[in-house]
Amino acid sequence: MSDDALDRMVPELNQILDWVEQLGSVDVTGIEPMTAVIPNTLRLRDDVVDADPLTGGNRRDAVLANAPAAEHGFFGVPKVIE
Amino acid sequence: MTELTDLTVAAIRTGVAQGDFTAREVAEAFNANVAAAQDALNAFIVATPEQALAAAERVDAARAAGQPLGKLAGVPIGMKDLFATFDVQTTAASHILEGFRPQYESTVSQKLWDAGAGMLGKLNLDQFAMGSSNETSHFGNVVSPWRRAGDTARLAPGGSSGGSSAAVSARLCPAATGTDTGGSIRQPAAFTGITGIKPTYGRCSRWGIVAFASSLDQAGPMARDVTDCAIMLEAMAGFDPKDSTSLDLPVPEWEAGLNADLSGKVVGIPREYRMDGMDTDVVKSWDDGIAWLRDAGASVVDVSLPHTQYALPAYYIIAPAEASSNLARYDGVRYGLRDLPEGANLQDMYAATRAAGFGDEVKRRILIGTYVLSAGFYDAYYTQAQKVRTLISHDFKSAFSQCDVILAPTTPTAAFALGEKSGDPLEMYLNDVFSVPASLAGLPAMSVPAGLNREGLPLGLQLIGKAFDEQGVLNAGLAIEQRAGFTAKPERWW
Repeated sequence: MSDDALDRMVPELNQILDWVEQLGSVDVTGIEPMTAVIPNTLRLRDDVVDADPLTGGNRRDAVLANAPAAEHGFFGVPKVIE
Repeated sequence: MTELTDLTVAAIRTGVAQGDFTAREVAEAFNANVAAAQDALNAFIVATPEQALAAAERVDAARAAGQPLGKLAGVPIGMKDLFATFDVQTTAASHILEGFRPQYESTVSQKLWDAGAGMLGKLNLDQFAMGSSNETSHFGNVVSPWRRAGDTARLAPGGSSGGSSAAVSARLCPAATGTDTGGSIRQPAAFTGITGIKPTYGRCSRWGIVAFASSLDQAGPMARDVTDCAIMLEAMAGFDPKDSTSLDLPVPEWEAGLNADLSGKVVGIPREYRMDGMDTDVVKSWDDGIAWLRDAGASVVDVSLPHTQYALPAYYIIAPAEASSNLARYDGVRYGLRDLPEGANLQDMYAATRAAGFGDEVKRRILIGTYVLSAGFYDAYYTQAQKVRTLISHDFKSAFSQCDVILAPTTPTAAFALGEKSGDPLEMYLNDVFSVPASLAGLPAMSVPAGLNREGLPLGLQLIGKAFDEQGVLNAGLAIEQRAGFTAKPERWW
């Protein structure tokens, strides 16, 4: 972010953080933090290859279709090893 | 004859099934309204008239062949541009996803197409659904079709589903999808005199919806009346193994179950929602709502939701925390924008891409979210907020031991003008004061039009139900709808 943008945003962020400070005054003794808003159990999918064809394998071209720089069947990125 | 674009979802479906008009005629009429309003209202990011026509032709052909028709056969709808639609640009109103064409379809949109609906286009919204006025979209503000009496000031259609609310109230589509994280269906519905319901968390699959705050995000319909919302919600809801928080429950027949007789039902009025200095028109509409529900046979009791005042600050910790995590995926590598300055390395590319791709409100929330999740502050902010969230949920549980449904205003005021609050993020956040608590508790909640204020702008009433009791919410909404007699619509100026 530019210095200009930061100068504008810092007071806003401070104002928001000051405002949420009021939560500190709530007595939460013995209260568990919420982990699930509606009780639900996590499921396991069947342990098979391509249980769901959409999220399974062999979808390379669809996966790369929106890549800004797809090369040779891979995501292209700038050099990462100097 | 009534214009086709004035018909409700139910009337379109019936008319198409009976052969009063063809689905193609309906799609053509709405396509024309979409095109004519685009410059003035900016409700759509992309219009897809050919998709609407193609779906209509499939319905007309099915009817001609005597095949059974779906629940939404011949009904063209607007799709909030937060739902991934196959090969049609999906942006979440952001620059970072501009040009993104998903190679898959969201579960909710697929269900709607399977029911016979067609897509008129992708609706504008606040960027990544973060906003209450539709002023954070990369693709420009949506302008409400409503104006104050005798005034041409451009008003906010609400947010984040502001394209959806503007389009439904301006008769650009009979119904639209919305998503609600802290009020993004109910608040825009209230601002534009339409109806919208957020179901119980987990009813509608989140798969294929661009994620904002995953523990809060929930899709729902926006339409002109309660019956249309019931029809749409039935088509949108249902178990989806691809969403880990999807509810594995059958979808009730909400439309068939509609019943405005509330005999034996108890309506709770939360005393903490009655605030000092409240807008007198809002207070009056709330009192009207109480009288209408009594008239429908319900008894009315006072209930207490003692932690109401802490809901907004808790929300503005939890939602940004989840957003900062969800939005980490936008890195310029796999999809969307890439900004690669000359000679930049990978880290520089990430930073440049995110700086260029996200708007100010999104950056604000990512920064706040990252801060409240950081090692030194996690317990003081995030854990504390999650504990307060538990208390808010307990408040509702205890209130629902005394009542079946809660009635409150949807918003503290009618629609405000564009620009009126956009300079002060905190003031904008306060507009969600009545809608956020039900979101934090994952409860079904809807807004129905109650009347007009002294400036001729719509006001909404909110009904909050027990978890899984969308029917109770819809029924109380129907009772209000039948008594409010809300027939106002924006006068066409666009």
